[in-house]
Amino acid sequence: MILTAPLAAIGRPVMAMLAGIGRISIFAAQVVSHILRPPFYPREFFAAVMQIGWFSLPVVAMTALFTGGALALQIYAGGARYGAEAAVPSITALGMVRELGPVLGGLMVAARVTSSIAAEIGTMKVTEQIDALTTLSTNPIKYLAVPRVVAAVLVMPVLVAVGDVIGIAGGWLVGVNQLGFNSATYIKNTADFLQFWDVGSGLVKGAAFGFIIALMGVYHGMYSGRGAQGVGTATKSAVVAASVLILASNFLLTRVFFGS
Amino acid sequence: MIELTNVHKAFGPKHVLSGVDLNIAKGTSMVIIGGSGTGKSVLLKSVLGLIRPDSGTITLDGKDVAKGDRDAFLARFGMLFQGGALFDSLRVWENVAFRLRHGKQTLPKHEAREIAIEKLRRVGLKPDVADQFPAELSGGMQKRVGLARAIAAEPEIIFFDEPTTGLDPIMSGVINDLIREIVTEMGATAMTITHDMTSVRAIADNVAMLHGGKVRWSGPVADLDATDDPYVQQFIHGRAEGPIESVR
Repeated sequence: MILTAPLAAIGRPVMAMLAGIGRISIFAAQVVSHILRPPFYPREFFAAVMQIGWFSLPVVAMTALFTGGALALQIYAGGARYGAEAAVPSITALGMVRELGPVLGGLMVAARVTSSIAAEIGTMKVTEQIDALTTLSTNPIKYLAVPRVVAAVLVMPVLVAVGDVIGIAGGWLVGVNQLGFNSATYIKNTADFLQFWDVGSGLVKGAAFGFIIALMGVYHGMYSGRGAQGVGTATKSAVVAASVLILASNFLLTRVFFGS
Repeated sequence: MIELTNVHKAFGPKHVLSGVDLNIAKGTSMVIIGGSGTGKSVLLKSVLGLIRPDSGTITLDGKDVAKGDRDAFLARFGMLFQGGALFDSLRVWENVAFRLRHGKQTLPKHEAREIAIEKLRRVGLKPDVADQFPAELSGGMQKRVGLARAIAAEPEIIFFDEPTTGLDPIMSGVINDLIREIVTEMGATAMTITHDMTSVRAIADNVAMLHGGKVRWSGPVADLDATDDPYVQQFIHGRAEGPIESVR
């Protein structure tokens, strides 16, 4: 008994984690399997596009602007050690479109949207609105999950693209106003250096992060515990899970795209 | 007819239903009574398929409710939830007309809205309520909207989950009368769960008392007062002393 207790203490959370991964995987498969099957809910889809995309623009824009500026300063300071200050436009652009644009954009949208979806659907769960949907012959996965997941997958690349442009603009602002770069040269260096796949890989990451952001919100909301505490826990778990999965999947995608 | 045979349901170590047998005849109004935590809601949700029983069978007109076309099965039901369960993001008329707008045979918007307003009128609400959101309504009005939504598609079977909980006595009386009238005029089969004895006397044709995970007593509402079952007597008279307390 004494000897097996430590093993049990390790085994229980591992089993719980594996069970959680299994449940989320089954839920994700259910969501995907319903995407192309009618009925469709266009009103819920467009509402999700507004909630996830349009209303996230300010936070993504501000994040990208300041990140681009800070990146330019860091690259200039680091590059100066090797006499490589001229690399500021190209490395800032590369860093933004490949990594920081999608990752920071994804994390900010996760904080804003995953929490909101989890809290909204969690509240629907505890007030029996999800049971009500079922009794009204409406599949909650089709009505609540599919429109949000599809909307997030479609709008996140757009948000990432907007973030890329604003992030590069942030670097340009710092480069021109503080670091003494010529405006036209800065823009030309950026445009000449970037390749299609640099930008494309970031947009693909954005779509993957969109899937994670919406899926975690809906899943944790629909499996929320009872009462205010249950909804609070579901919201917290959704944001933590989305953030960790974004960072983990970013590593995997980067490895797949650029690992060789 | 709805028939439950030897239905069991446990949540972990807690056995909520321990062999429930119950028949609800077509066109009758059955009220399930019992103390809090005796499994009334679990029983109701088991019939609807929202909760899957561990064992036993539940049939509707002889067919197992767990098998066959779920949508066709649920289309026969209307349900009034305890808290209303109205969709916050939709206007009142959209809540009432939800099944008409999202079911297999979707009605045009103006037609669905007209039916919704007619149903709102049926439960005593004015048409100007139709464009409000649920959060703008009082508890009694939300309950009426929930009732209007339950009857919007004219179901054969209507379930009422604690229809008067949280309402003042006058509003409770109004809701009880509405339920009785609607069930009678629609010829629907009704199943209500409540611990409000005023509701029982107003709504029920038959009563079943759930206790210890089983149906402790069942019979016509007229026989309720005459039964010598001590559990029923304690419950209907609200006595603190008696066998139910000793079990608790």
